Amino acid sequence: MLTSDRPLSPLLQKVEAVGRMTTKWVDSLGFGTALLYQSAFWLCLGGHRKQQVRLAPIVSQMMEVGIRALPIITLVSTTIGLMLAIQGIDALKDFGAEHQVTFGVALSVVREFAPLITGILIAGRSGSSFAARLSTMMINNEVDALRVMGINPVRFLVVPSLVSMMIMVPSLTLWADMVALLGAGIYITTDLGISMGTYIGQTIAYLGTEDVLHGLGKSFVFGILITLVGVINGSSVTGGAEGVGRVTTRAVVHSILAIILADLLIVFLLTR
Amino acid sequence: MTTSPSESKPLIEVTHLTTHYGSRQILNGISLTVNKGEVMVIMGGSGSGKSTLLRHLIGLEHPTGGCIKLLGQDIGNMTEHEMTQFYRKMGVAFQGGALFSSMTVGENIMLPLREHTKLDQKTMEIMVRLKLEVVNLAGFEYLMPSELSGGMLKRAAFARAVIMDPVLLFCDEPSAGLDPVVSSSLDELILRLRDALDMTIVVVTHELESAFRIADRITVLDKGDILTIGSVDEVRASDNKRIQDLLNRHFEEEILDPDAYLARLTGEPENTLSHA
Repeated sequence: MLTSDRPLSPLLQKVEAVGRMTTKWVDSLGFGTALLYQSAFWLCLGGHRKQQVRLAPIVSQMMEVGIRALPIITLVSTTIGLMLAIQGIDALKDFGAEHQVTFGVALSVVREFAPLITGILIAGRSGSSFAARLSTMMINNEVDALRVMGINPVRFLVVPSLVSMMIMVPSLTLWADMVALLGAGIYITTDLGISMGTYIGQTIAYLGTEDVLHGLGKSFVFGILITLVGVINGSSVTGGAEGVGRVTTRAVVHSILAIILADLLIVFLLTR
Repeated sequence: MTTSPSESKPLIEVTHLTTHYGSRQILNGISLTVNKGEVMVIMGGSGSGKSTLLRHLIGLEHPTGGCIKLLGQDIGNMTEHEMTQFYRKMGVAFQGGALFSSMTVGENIMLPLREHTKLDQKTMEIMVRLKLEVVNLAGFEYLMPSELSGGMLKRAAFARAVIMDPVLLFCDEPSAGLDPVVSSSLDELILRLRDALDMTIVVVTHELESAFRIADRITVLDKGDILTIGSVDEVRASDNKRIQDLLNRHFEEEILDPDAYLARLTGEPENTLSHA
């Protein structure tokens, strides 16, 4: 035998823990890639296998992920828009450039704040819900029941969530763009004494299509990441109710981390 | 002329099935057959490997060695697509029911029909009501699983398992945690399904009364080995000590060597302690 049963020294235990964690992360990455591939497969070729992805669960998920998230997205985005306007005017006042605030707010909202805030809110709201639902189903043998009924769990459970996220996160981001800019506009027009028409005209002039697409593209990636992280964590559940709580919390933390890292990577690749 | 179960061709053939979880061996080269129209009960104490055997039989786990043939086909060699097609010929009733909590009882039972057939809604509803009648749950289709009792959940799970009229039915602990009356009614239900729908049924249980009531043959498992396979009378008459312990609910304490016991308590290797 190459290894002994004797306990390792504290240093070796730490090295082993790092090794285990690395293996786990690589394993999760591979699982996520496989999930994405399988989802694409079932979406494109499910009908050919007589297991098409149904529209009803996608619409139902879109309602849950998107429409029911509108109030919180609206509230938070408006607040962010207002805060950006207040901070922007205050900072630019020192240089006598407060009239340029519209430019700064428009770009930062559309390219960064709206996709990021929407992604984080959806990770907290829907990513946790995916993880909790899937882990509960795993514990109750519901996923096994699907398999033995000849129903592929990825096609039945993951694809509707993934498709709804790919549609609704960018849609919510677009909504967040508009309400955040409106919130900022209310403060800017009041503080700087310009009309709302002028503010909207300035915003449209400053923003290019590529700025909007940059934000929407990122939110599309965030939608995929939130779903995959939720599913990976949900399916790794062990134990009972305590395990469900643990994977749900982990799914939110991992989703937010994934969103921020992906954002950094995309910004680095597209804007440097 | 009717054919007795033992004379007919086996629909389930397990040959030298071996499985490990890490370094722990769970099943040690198990071989058994189940004939057409037979109720085979797999019995054993906790940790005997009966649930693992069931998970292998229904294709949820892959063995380390050996072969499982269902309806003459080796399920170990099937692709995922072939297995998916094959699952339409079998039903599984899980221990806790495994009904989807977000669907009503009726939607749960209808799910296999919705996914695998092109029947219209009205026909599917009729078929669901028909199966609910069979399991004595008529009128419960609009309730959520959370509104059902343990026994009702198991009945609903049976209804879902047989909605496609499968050839093979697998049941995991159907009477576990139920009072004797409900347990007895579930046993009756299994026998009724066998007779009415001509199913071959494998039941995993540790309930002796239930096993003796429904079994054509019983396989007794202990620590991953088959102790015996035989009729109810043969199992009852067995002179194997482990079987008699199981039948008489007698627990025999494991006798350990003092050094081994000390090693287990301290977590130190045995030879270190004896030389200390």
